[in-house]
Amino acid sequence: MDKFLLRNVGVPDSHRIEVYLSRGGYESWRRALTTMQPQAVVDLVKSSGLRGRGGAGFPTGMKWSFVPQGVYPRYLVCNADEGEPGTCKDRVLMENDPHLVLEGIAISSYAIEAHLAFIYVRGEFTLSAERLEAAIAEARAQGFLGKNILGSGYDLDIVVHRGAGAYICGEETALLTSLEGERGNPRLKPPFPATEGLYRKPTVINNVETLANVPLIVQYGAEWYKSMGTEKSPGIKLFALSGQVKRPGVYELPLGTPLRTLIEEYGGGTLEDQPVKAVIPGGSSAPMLTAAHLDTPLDYESIAAAGSMLGSGAVIVITEGTCIVSVVRRLIEFYAHEDCGQCIPGREGIAWLARILERIEAGKGREEDLDLLLDICDGLSGRSLCPLGDAVVGPVRSSLKHFRDDYLAHIRTGQCVQPVAVTIA
Amino acid sequence: MPFSEAAQRELQEIIQRYPDKRSAMLPALAIAQREQGYLTPEAYQWVAEMLGTSPTWVASVASFYTMLRKEPAGRYLIQVCTNLSCSLLGARSLLDHLRERLGIDVGETTPDGLFTLTTVECLGSCATAPVMQVNERYYEQLTPERIDEILAGLRREAGTCGDDRVAEGQS
Ligand SMILES: Cc1cc2nc3c(=O)[nH]c(=O)nc-3n(C[C@H](O)[C@H](O)[C@H](O)COP(=O)(O)O)c2cc1C
Ligand code: SF4
Ligand code: FES
Repeated sequence: MDKFLLRNVGVPDSHRIEVYLSRGGYESWRRALTTMQPQAVVDLVKSSGLRGRGGAGFPTGMKWSFVPQGVYPRYLVCNADEGEPGTCKDRVLMENDPHLVLEGIAISSYAIEAHLAFIYVRGEFTLSAERLEAAIAEARAQGFLGKNILGSGYDLDIVVHRGAGAYICGEETALLTSLEGERGNPRLKPPFPATEGLYRKPTVINNVETLANVPLIVQYGAEWYKSMGTEKSPGIKLFALSGQVKRPGVYELPLGTPLRTLIEEYGGGTLEDQPVKAVIPGGSSAPMLTAAHLDTPLDYESIAAAGSMLGSGAVIVITEGTCIVSVVRRLIEFYAHEDCGQCIPGREGIAWLARILERIEAGKGREEDLDLLLDICDGLSGRSLCPLGDAVVGPVRSSLKHFRDDYLAHIRTGQCVQPVAVTIA
Repeated sequence: MPFSEAAQRELQEIIQRYPDKRSAMLPALAIAQREQGYLTPEAYQWVAEMLGTSPTWVASVASFYTMLRKEPAGRYLIQVCTNLSCSLLGARSLLDHLRERLGIDVGETTPDGLFTLTTVECLGSCATAPVMQVNERYYEQLTPERIDEILAGLRREAGTCGDDRVAEGQS
């Protein structure tokens, strides 16, 4: 299919403003600024049905309209902290098409009447940060950012803010705390950022990919956007395909494309044509699916109906022969490492999950441990201060449902009986 | 004053970008780390003065973030991603290969101060796994052969350009 989000990726010097302009760049910004009122931009994005690409799929236009009337200043924050294992799509946009990201931020800032926007870039992404900084300088020099942009009287500055290695700062309230110069502890919601966000002012936080869709919607219209995807999940999505497939990569597809099409047509099938054992369809927090779910369409509703979530659209493929206990343990250790330690269900619950999984993988587990894992999940899910608690239980519960035999094999034989384990010794 | 005029000016300029100067905390710590190789009590003192807060507070914030180093590292910090997508494509054997080639374990620095080997959580490069980062740079779709080439290249680079930062970070 035609590419939109990735249309400039692969074009030589795609990160330079001359190339971006020669391919129609900043026309949407000009159009929004000179022919549309801010509210008209909000209405357009609302009617396009665009949903947040950062994980939760929340309708973007609706989020923007939660900003209370008459309260200023407001801020727009672009969440570029991309850290959910499996997810690597925002980095592709920032490195290859930073001006598309900036154009999206500019139009969205105008829509919510913000004059200062921040891009919180994951600390490790040096090239992304450099490309964005350079792009901001280019856009400023050409009058697309700064004071009195294109003679409209509207001012906007964009600041690149680099993180320093903390996955939890991708969670929107932790991101704000971190941007205020503190430890990246999540905050209780409500208040939601739209009413009380950065410096306690109304703040809209959107993911990089979400914002990159906005110039396209201004350019081609809401009807065009809705002509792709499904009724409730309209439009296009970047899918980061990784794991045991022949051609991993970041692919742009309409929402609703079957999982099988992504894996077989785009990904070239599995390594050594092994049968699929498990698929994590939306980043590491998404519950695992099985080979029986391969015909599920990749949209928010269908993946939820199959028992998982579309999340960030990061699809990790695991083939037969790989030990699921080792997979789950690896993920839970990640969460234990990244947990902020602020609330007791999160801190204790995740640490205990990690300890029990370690014991099971080492062949020292007991059958009661499986119920214990589920008990801990019950104590964690819905009870933690931030949504990380819910994220953690996804892999544990789903693996116990679909791959209980892998756990039992460890417990009964005292060792791993699969050819491949992902444990790092 | 262990921090250069240039660093001072750079931070002043960054502070201006934010409505509240405390927001310059991470950029300030990044500058301090770049200047000294890792974070020292003087760094916390400097950042605290620049941002109008206390050194204890700065140290507490710094302790939250893994990229802010509290100990010196070798000239080349090698971080191997061991998260799921990389591990499914052999991160463990790459790590073993690096251990063997460098003669050190994870968390250690080679005696010549050239290489520090660590593991890292998902680097956001999962579709080009397995991946490692050396200082700021990403190396993707790694194989043991590719690692040998990279190490040889880094050794050549270190041998040719005399850099006074070679030793374990000095303060
Ligand atoms: C633990 C955790 C980590 C998250 N990490 C990210 C991230 O790296 N990038 C991102 O855009 N959203 C992340 N989110 C989602 C954000 O909290 C927020 O929902 C999102 O940035 C909103 O943008 P959107 O509406 O455009 O999707 C994370 C959420 C949680 C709970
Ligand atoms: S669940 Fe609790 S401890 Fe864990 S990251 Fe969220 S707030 Fe912090
Ligand atoms: S799992 Fe290694 S880069 Fe994401």
